[in-house]
Amino acid sequence: MRGKLGDRVLYLYTWLIILWLSLPIAVMVLFGFNDKQSKSNTSWQGFTLKWYQQLFAIDGLTTALVNSLMIALISTVLATVLGTLLGLAVGRYRFRGKGITDFLIFAAISTPELVMGASLLSLFVSGNAPRGHITIIIAHTLFSLAFVVVTVRARVVGLDPSLEEAARDLGAGTFTTFRLVTLPSIMPGVLAGAMLAFALSIDDYVVTSFVNGSTQTFPLWIIGAVKVGIPPQVNVMGTLIFGIGVLLAVVNAVSARRKTTH
Amino acid sequence: MRRWTPYWLALPAWLWLAIFLVVPIAAMASVSLTTGNLIDGFAQTFSVSNYSDAIAKYSTQFLRSLLYGGIATVIMLVLGYPVAYWIAFKAGHRKSMFLFLLLLPFFVSFVLRTISWGFLLADDGILFGTLKGWGLLPEGFHVLATTVAVIGGLVYNFLPFMILPIYVALERVNPTVIEAAYDLYASRFATFRRVVLPLSLPGVFAGVLMTFVPATADPINAQVLGGTGNTMIGNIVQTEYLVNSNYPTASAISFTLMAVLLIGIFIYARALGTENVLEAAAR
Repeated sequence: MRGKLGDRVLYLYTWLIILWLSLPIAVMVLFGFNDKQSKSNTSWQGFTLKWYQQLFAIDGLTTALVNSLMIALISTVLATVLGTLLGLAVGRYRFRGKGITDFLIFAAISTPELVMGASLLSLFVSGNAPRGHITIIIAHTLFSLAFVVVTVRARVVGLDPSLEEAARDLGAGTFTTFRLVTLPSIMPGVLAGAMLAFALSIDDYVVTSFVNGSTQTFPLWIIGAVKVGIPPQVNVMGTLIFGIGVLLAVVNAVSARRKTTH
Repeated sequence: MRRWTPYWLALPAWLWLAIFLVVPIAAMASVSLTTGNLIDGFAQTFSVSNYSDAIAKYSTQFLRSLLYGGIATVIMLVLGYPVAYWIAFKAGHRKSMFLFLLLLPFFVSFVLRTISWGFLLADDGILFGTLKGWGLLPEGFHVLATTVAVIGGLVYNFLPFMILPIYVALERVNPTVIEAAYDLYASRFATFRRVVLPLSLPGVFAGVLMTFVPATADPINAQVLGGTGNTMIGNIVQTEYLVNSNYPTASAISFTLMAVLLIGIFIYARALGTENVLEAAAR
């Protein structure tokens, strides 16, 4: 009997933690509808949709969001290509230097963001490289890459090598085998890695704050606006990104379930 | 020809990691041993004075960061373990739904989530403003710009990174092992302490690593939720680099931080036993 009661307490407790984790999201969504009159947006003053209508009214914010999306897109493509190739190498082959490669991957994941950003800035400063879009893309590709390697490697390790041998026996060349056999079977890992890379890039503040020069991204713009007050458009953009992200994740999960049940 | 395939595959990523990770960290090490300033230039003097100066000047913020990071990690462990336990053993077919709900905050930007807490905790915000209006709280009551707000923010932001690895470890525990313990007349508590807990330690190790390092180095929570008395080492590195352009000092602080964290991880790893560490690192 005591066990049953304990389970129920834990069940309620889990929900409590989930509610607590979701609370700031609810606040963010709510204050996107706040008809605020004064400069601060901390107290509820009535319902309005005007921030949705004036979503792109703040030029700096819109530019920052466009920058973020563009940087996330490019760095995701770069990190996915580089990470997939390296993931194939470490997941499939035994070669000299594999130990060092594993260490590099571990180092890329475990280096504190602060150190990564600061050291990249040191490099760019000593190389006299102008900071901007390109340096941000370089940095984002760097910290996303290792995560793509890890997700792709997990998929490659579980792969049956006889499939590729069969393709080669049937006369397929290296590239054809890769395109028609290897790539489709590691695709879920590649996609998961790409999604992770995109999420990491669009969310990053710390590393970006070192290498951005005068280029603004969405998180940087928001932090810059904290002192003067966050405009409700930020809440609206956050809400839309949240909605699209959750929708994609749910669609993805449902379609994955369909595939396994059919 | 085939012999070279892994090298061709690895080459582009190798170059990227070498040029943008290894070289910069080496460059930072060398910058931390220079003296000079932005206008006159920096000279490589191999003097360790930057380190002693930085540590002397910012020891308060160093200790504060380790303390805040440590307290936040302990709170996350205490708060997170029961959640991981319940989802792993009791959630049944709804496991993935609960994991999804735990990950929900990650669909909102880290910065935005932290600012949302600022909204919630504001002195005249929806929570405290309302309570003050009802006379339930004294007028001077505030949480924002205090230590509690910063540590609370760290716990909030990194908690899922504690729960997930513990969940993964618990999920792998073979239920027959637990049944065996009951068959041998172990109580619920004894079963937990002597069977489940030891088997979940690799997850606890991974969880602590994934939360302590970023929480200690995080500048955002202190900046958004803290006051002038809560400055952490992350804020100092940002200011020294980006505002003061004092690259030698900033590099020395970054390096010290990394060294302290690595030594911490090493001691922690030894205390927990290297087998667990290797197992945790292998994941």
